[in-house]
Amino acid sequence: MLSKKVRLDAHGEDSSYFLGWKEYEKNAYDDVQNPTGIIQMGLAENQLSFDLLEAWLASNQDAARLTKNGESVFRELALFQDYHGLPEFKNVLVDFMAEIRRNKVSFDPRKLVLMAGATSANETLMFCIAEPGDAFLLPTPYYPGFDRDLKWRTGVELVPIHCSSSNGFKVTKFALEEAYQQAQKLSLNVKGVLITNPSNPLGTTMSHDELEVLITFAIAKKIHIISDEIYSGTVFDHPSFISIMKALLDRKLEETEVWNRVHVVYSLSKDLGVPGFRVGMIYSNNETLVSAATKMSSFGLISSQTQYLLSKLLSDKKFTKNYMKENRKRLKARREMLVTALRDAGIECLKSNAGLFCWVDMRNLLSSNTFDAEVELWKKILREAGLNVSPGASCHCSEPGWFRICFANMSEETLKVSMQRMKAFVEKNTQQCRRGGGRVTHQESGCNSRRRSLSNWVLNLCSYDREPYR
Amino acid sequence: MLSSKAMLDGHGEESPYFQGWKEYEKNAYDDIKNPTGIIQMGLAENQLSLDLLKTWIENNQDATRLTNNGESVFRDLALFQDYHGLPAFKNVLAEFMAEIRGNKVSFDPRKLVLMAGATAASETLMFCIAEHGDAFLLPTPYYPGYDRDLKWRTGVELVPIHCLSSNGFKVTKFALEEAYQQAKKLSLNVKGVLITNPSNPLGTTMSHVELDELITFTVAKKIHLISDEIFSGTVFENPSFISIIEAVIDRKLEKTDLWSRVHIVYSLSKDFGIPGFRVGMIYSNNERLVSTATKMSSYGLISSQTQYLQSKLLSGKEFREKYLEENRNRVKERREMMVVGLGEAGISCLKGNAGLFCWVDLRNLLSSNTFTAEMELWKKILHEAGLNISPGASCHCSEPGWFRICFANMSQETLKVSMERMKAFISKQYCCM
Repeated sequence: MLSKKVRLDAHGEDSSYFLGWKEYEKNAYDDVQNPTGIIQMGLAENQLSFDLLEAWLASNQDAARLTKNGESVFRELALFQDYHGLPEFKNVLVDFMAEIRRNKVSFDPRKLVLMAGATSANETLMFCIAEPGDAFLLPTPYYPGFDRDLKWRTGVELVPIHCSSSNGFKVTKFALEEAYQQAQKLSLNVKGVLITNPSNPLGTTMSHDELEVLITFAIAKKIHIISDEIYSGTVFDHPSFISIMKALLDRKLEETEVWNRVHVVYSLSKDLGVPGFRVGMIYSNNETLVSAATKMSSFGLISSQTQYLLSKLLSDKKFTKNYMKENRKRLKARREMLVTALRDAGIECLKSNAGLFCWVDMRNLLSSNTFDAEVELWKKILREAGLNVSPGASCHCSEPGWFRICFANMSEETLKVSMQRMKAFVEKNTQQCRRGGGRVTHQESGCNSRRRSLSNWVLNLCSYDREPYR
Repeated sequence: MLSSKAMLDGHGEESPYFQGWKEYEKNAYDDIKNPTGIIQMGLAENQLSLDLLKTWIENNQDATRLTNNGESVFRDLALFQDYHGLPAFKNVLAEFMAEIRGNKVSFDPRKLVLMAGATAASETLMFCIAEHGDAFLLPTPYYPGYDRDLKWRTGVELVPIHCLSSNGFKVTKFALEEAYQQAKKLSLNVKGVLITNPSNPLGTTMSHVELDELITFTVAKKIHLISDEIFSGTVFENPSFISIIEAVIDRKLEKTDLWSRVHIVYSLSKDFGIPGFRVGMIYSNNERLVSTATKMSSYGLISSQTQYLQSKLLSGKEFREKYLEENRNRVKERREMMVVGLGEAGISCLKGNAGLFCWVDLRNLLSSNTFTAEMELWKKILHEAGLNISPGASCHCSEPGWFRICFANMSQETLKVSMERMKAFISKQYCCM
C-alpha cells in the first residue's frame, strides 16, 4: 500500500546509533532529578558557546524582532520565499566561510545554495549528481546518518573506502582504488567520493597528502568530490584546516574539469550550535548544479525569519571573530578534559584537532576482536556505566573496538561525572578480565560467558548496506 | 556529468507560468518608480492581512525575541531539531485546522507531520506512497507547481482528470474513470488521486457530490486520496468548505481501509500570507506513513525559531477566530473588486467562494479555439496590458481561453490600475476584431 521507502525505513532506525538514543530518552541523566540516568555522549552538538550568542541577541534586538533600525521588516520577510535566498545572508555567509579558512580562499555568494540543513544539502547533491543505483565512495568510519541522508530517497549506493587504525585512519591511494574496484565488482557506476573534513567521527582534519591523493584519484576517474565541511569552524589545533577548494587552488586546477566536479557542504549547526534553525548550504563552481540545486531547494528552504536573524549576527564581524576564537578555545579545553580523563582510565583517543567528539580506542576492553564483542561492550557501557556512546560499527568502521564519544553537548560537570563513571567501569572490567587469567583472547570465556551470535540489529545494519562487515 | 534530474527540465521552469514571472522581474510595476511596469497577477500570495500579524507581533514581543515570560528560550530552540516538531506548535495547529472546518472535524497532533512548506509535504507524500513510475490522477486545471513538486525527484507520473467548463469544471465519475483508463493504457500503476480543495486555480470548494464520487472511486480502486487543503482558510462564502476527512466521516468510513489512505496537506502560506516562513504539514491516519514521513521531514524541518513564533501566534483562540473572520472578509471584498472590474470589461469569471484568484473566461478574445491562440493572447496581455496572468495551459486546462488572475498579492490601488488596463486592453481588442 505504501512505497518501498517506507518498508526500508523499518530497518534504518534499528541501528545502535538510534537504539542508544531511545534508551537515553527513557532514562535521561539530570544532575538533580535523575543523577543515575544515562548520559548522552552520542550526540554531536555544540552547546559550549550559547552565552555568546545570547549576549549578542540581547544587544541587537532588531535581528530577532524582525525590525531594521526600528522599522518592521515583517511583511517583506513573511513574503520572501525566493529560492535564491536572502542576498544579505548569502553575502555574510561567504565572508564567514572565508574567515573560517583564514581567508585563504574566497567564496562567491552566487555559487551558494541555501537549504534547510546539511541533511537536505547532502541529499540534494545526490539528486543532482547521481542516478538511482549509482554509487558514492565514502571513507570509513563515517557519520551514521549518511546511510539515510544519501541513500534513502535517492537510490544511491555507498561503497566504503576502508581506512585503518594502522595509519590513523587516513585515506590512502590503495584504499581508494580498492573501493573503486569493489564498486566495479558490484556493477556500480561510481559518481564520486564524499569526504567529511574535518572528519566525523575521527575529529581530525585531512592532511595535505590525503587531499592530494583524493584529487588525483577524482581526476583520473573523472568523478565528483563532495567535501562536507560542517565542522570546519571547530578546528582548534594544528594541523590547520585545508578546505578542498584550497587544495584545488594549490594545484592550480581552477581552469580544469575537476573544478566543476567539486562541491562543498556547509551548515551552521555545528559551528554555531544552532541545529534547530536548519541552516545548510551547498557551494559549487558548477553552474548547472547550482541552478538545479537552487530549484530543488524549494523542497527545503530556510525560513526567512531565520535567514534574517543570522544575517544580522554574521554581519557583525567583531562578534564572529571573537566567537570563533572563543568557541575553538572552549572546544579544545573540553576535548582535553575528555582525553585526559580517558587516559587516566587507561584509554587512548585518536589524536585529533577538530570536531565535537573523540575517536576512542577501547579495543583492549573487547572480549574478542569482533563486532559482536563491540556490541556487547557498547551495551555494557550503556547499562553499567550509564553512558550512551557510538560504537564504531554504526560508523562502518572496519575494525572493532573504536567508539565515538561526544564532549560538547553537556555541561562540564556532567562530563566530569561521565568520566568518573567511565573510570569506574574500566577498572571493574579490567579486574574481571584479570580474574579470568591471562590475556583476553577470542577463545577465552572469562569476560564473555554469554557468547552470542551476531545480533539482529547488526544484521539489519548489514542488510541496509550491500556489503557485509569484515 | 550530472544526473538527468539536474540536466533536464523536470523542474518545469520553462513553462509560461515561470516565463511570465521572469518578464515581471525585469520590469516590475511600482506605482511611483515604474508606473508602466508589469503588474504581477500570477502569484497566489495573500498580502491582505499581514498588518494583523504585524500588530500581534508588536504586542507580543516574546514570540520573536525568543523569550518566554522574559526568560530566554534561545538555547532550547537553537538545539531543538526533533523531527516530531514543537509539541506546543502541533497542538495549536490541530486546533486551528479544526476551527477552519467549523469544528466539524477534530485533528490529533500526533498524526501531524511538520515540513518546510507544502511543497516539501506534497513531495514527501509521493515518496511515501508511490514508486518511481507509479501515477497519481489530478483533476485539471491544477497548480502548475505540481509538475515539479510531485514528479521531479520522485519519478511519479501525473495523469489528468479532465474537467470541463460545461459543468463548472467539477470532477465527475466519468472523468475519474477515463483518467484511470488512460493510465492503464500508458501501463501506469495508479496509486491515488490528488485534489486541491479549495481548488487552485478555480477558487471553488468541492461539492458534496464531487467528494462522494471521489471517495467511491478511491474505495473501488483501493487507491490513496490526498487532499491539499492549503486554501481552506480562504473560504469566504457558501457553499461551506467540506474537508475530505469530514466527507469520509459522513460516509461512516472511519473503520474501513480507506481511512488509512486519506491524507491532508496543509500550510500557513496562503491563509496567513507567510510563505517565507516555510510552514507546511501532512495529516494522516496512516501510522506507518506518519512515522516514515516524520523521519523524511529531516530533509526539510521547520526552523524552531519559526515554530516558536507561530505556536505563540496561534495559541490565542480569540486571535485565531478574529483573524480568520477578518481575512475571509478581506479576501471576499478583493475578489468582488476583481469580478466587478472584469465584468465592466465584459469578462466573466467562474463563480468562486475561496482562494486568492479568479478563474477567468477569456475565450471570446481568442483568435481561434486553440492553445496557440491562448499563448498569443497571454503574451499580448503581458506586453500590451502589462499584466502577468497565468494561462490555463500552464494549469493543464483541457480547454483554451481560461486564465488565472490573482487579486490578493497587491494593494487595492494596484488592483484598480490593473482593472483599468484590462478594460483598455479589452476595448482595443474588440475594436480591432
